[in-house]
Amino acid sequence: MIDVKPASSGSDRIWMWIAIGTAFAGGAFVQRMGFFDFVQKNPGEIWKLLLEHIQLVGISSAISISIGVPMGILLTRGFMRRYRDWVLNFLGICQTVPSLAVIAISMTYIGIGPKTAIFALVIYGLMPIIRNAVAGLAGVDQVILDAGRGMGMNSRQLLFRVELPNAMYIILTGIRTSTVINVGTAAMSFLVGGGGLGDLIFTGIAMVDPAYMLAGAIPTACLAVFMNWGFGKIEKWIVSPGLVYD
Amino acid sequence: MITFERVSKIYPGTNIPAIDNVRFEVPEGEICVIIGPSGCGKTTLMRMINRLIPITSGVISIKGQNVSEMDVIKLRRSIGYAIQQIGLFPHMTVYDNIATVPRLLKWDKQRIAARVDELLSLVGLEPDIFRFRYPRELSGGQAQRIGVVRALATDPPVMLMDEPFGAIDPINREVLQDEFLRIQEKVKKTIIFVTHDIHEAIKMGDKIALLETGRLVQYDTPEGLLVNPKNRFVKDFVGADRALKRLDLLKVKDAMMQNPVHCHMEDDAEVVSQHMLENELTFLLVADQNEKLHGYVNHYELKGHHGKVKDLVRPMTITVKPEQNLKDALSKMLSYDIGIVVVVDDDGKLLGVLNTRTLLSVVGETYDERGGVWGKITSRGRI
Repeated sequence: MIDVKPASSGSDRIWMWIAIGTAFAGGAFVQRMGFFDFVQKNPGEIWKLLLEHIQLVGISSAISISIGVPMGILLTRGFMRRYRDWVLNFLGICQTVPSLAVIAISMTYIGIGPKTAIFALVIYGLMPIIRNAVAGLAGVDQVILDAGRGMGMNSRQLLFRVELPNAMYIILTGIRTSTVINVGTAAMSFLVGGGGLGDLIFTGIAMVDPAYMLAGAIPTACLAVFMNWGFGKIEKWIVSPGLVYD
Repeated sequence: MITFERVSKIYPGTNIPAIDNVRFEVPEGEICVIIGPSGCGKTTLMRMINRLIPITSGVISIKGQNVSEMDVIKLRRSIGYAIQQIGLFPHMTVYDNIATVPRLLKWDKQRIAARVDELLSLVGLEPDIFRFRYPRELSGGQAQRIGVVRALATDPPVMLMDEPFGAIDPINREVLQDEFLRIQEKVKKTIIFVTHDIHEAIKMGDKIALLETGRLVQYDTPEGLLVNPKNRFVKDFVGADRALKRLDLLKVKDAMMQNPVHCHMEDDAEVVSQHMLENELTFLLVADQNEKLHGYVNHYELKGHHGKVKDLVRPMTITVKPEQNLKDALSKMLSYDIGIVVVVDDDGKLLGVLNTRTLLSVVGETYDERGGVWGKITSRGRI
């Protein structure tokens, strides 16, 4: 609202040239690997797997958010506060388990298929969301809570009108981190027959075919970058302009 | 209006009461300042009124209604609440901040919009400029004003204010205090005002409740606290310069000599000159038929002049108003190095004069160091 970016500064221009140069070199490299030929020959296949991948990420992230945010809220309520550190530590430990192991462990219980993949992705995506929700809510200035309470807000009104809007930036950062990581982790779902762009990546590796592998890896990377950008937009739209974080 | 009956607060895990058996009553429409050194429990006492802190024993009632028996949410919505750190919601505009309680009470949109504009104008903030600003775009003084009008939003009969001007520089604080007193003249709220600043207490309070470690030491008017401090603690707290602080309380009109000797513009210079000689006057005030002050004449210049007084009148630039307090008047006299200052009203009408002697006698005659009255001391020497 108030911050106006300068049109173009010297360092911006340098970075722009570096980016263009890198893209050009990268393009030349993937061309040599036969990436574009492969895409031209199999557009339907890549498109189908991309949609599957988006579906995996979408469903698992949606579940993670709808479990993680309420859990973060619960952990900052008075009666649950004493369990907070315990739960956060536990989740922290879970996060150290490699994503591959999580997928492997869930496979032993649920079997193979997209369900297993989604389950593993949900578990893996929860931690950043819960941790940020707790941090955001716990970090809301006590003074404005006191003001709200003193003016006669009940705890529900306090949560929705004061706490959540003020913690929103940090909560969204958690969701963003979780989702972007999720895009990469979702490639693993191939290993339990979950589909997605992992099919191309892992098959490409197995067949030592760079074109095949890149056809999976490049859309995955693009998806992650796009998600990150999209969340940046959503953030600007949801977070009040009264709260500025630079 | 607000009564405290044997109110005590003991925090869990301690056995020393934070508030110990406090009883007093705040009349309707008055500002009651709760003051004391830090840790004396003044904020605790205030927060017990809207039950942000639960009462251990005793009864606090508003208009005869025990607050402990009221619905806590309704109670809080019916009391204006302003705090030291202001506590404006940073994610809301000024408009939304002020509209908080009206919205909780489900006012309709037009009524809220009208009320917000009215309140912004009340504290001299142009609604069209400030309505949609965020708190981070406000100066300290502006934020503080919004904090106060937010508490006033639903026109509650009772207001709790915890050092509402505490976070502001001294100059702006004075401005805000004056502004607030002007508003209070109009709205006549019953206000509990917590502060640790004795100057602020004397200026703002109709009554002052002085607390020491949870006990109410003295509950009195500012005047009473200064003139009759109940014990050593009160005396130390109000400070050794009690006499000077009284200057804050007294108005120029209380101390001025009324109807001072003067002449008129059209008077004959020789007559006036003769009169001044007889009465050993070096200077004399000059007014017109309507008693409007025009200045003064000097006897040295007047003697030997044939004509009217108005030929020789010199303008009087330094005057005071009857409603000013004595401290302002005294500081004016000291800064211009004058021993006498003329009191005129808004239309320039001559009302009286104030000199250092009358000023000091008003402050000094009421009490001595032990609180006894000496009466008038004259310069007769040994009797």
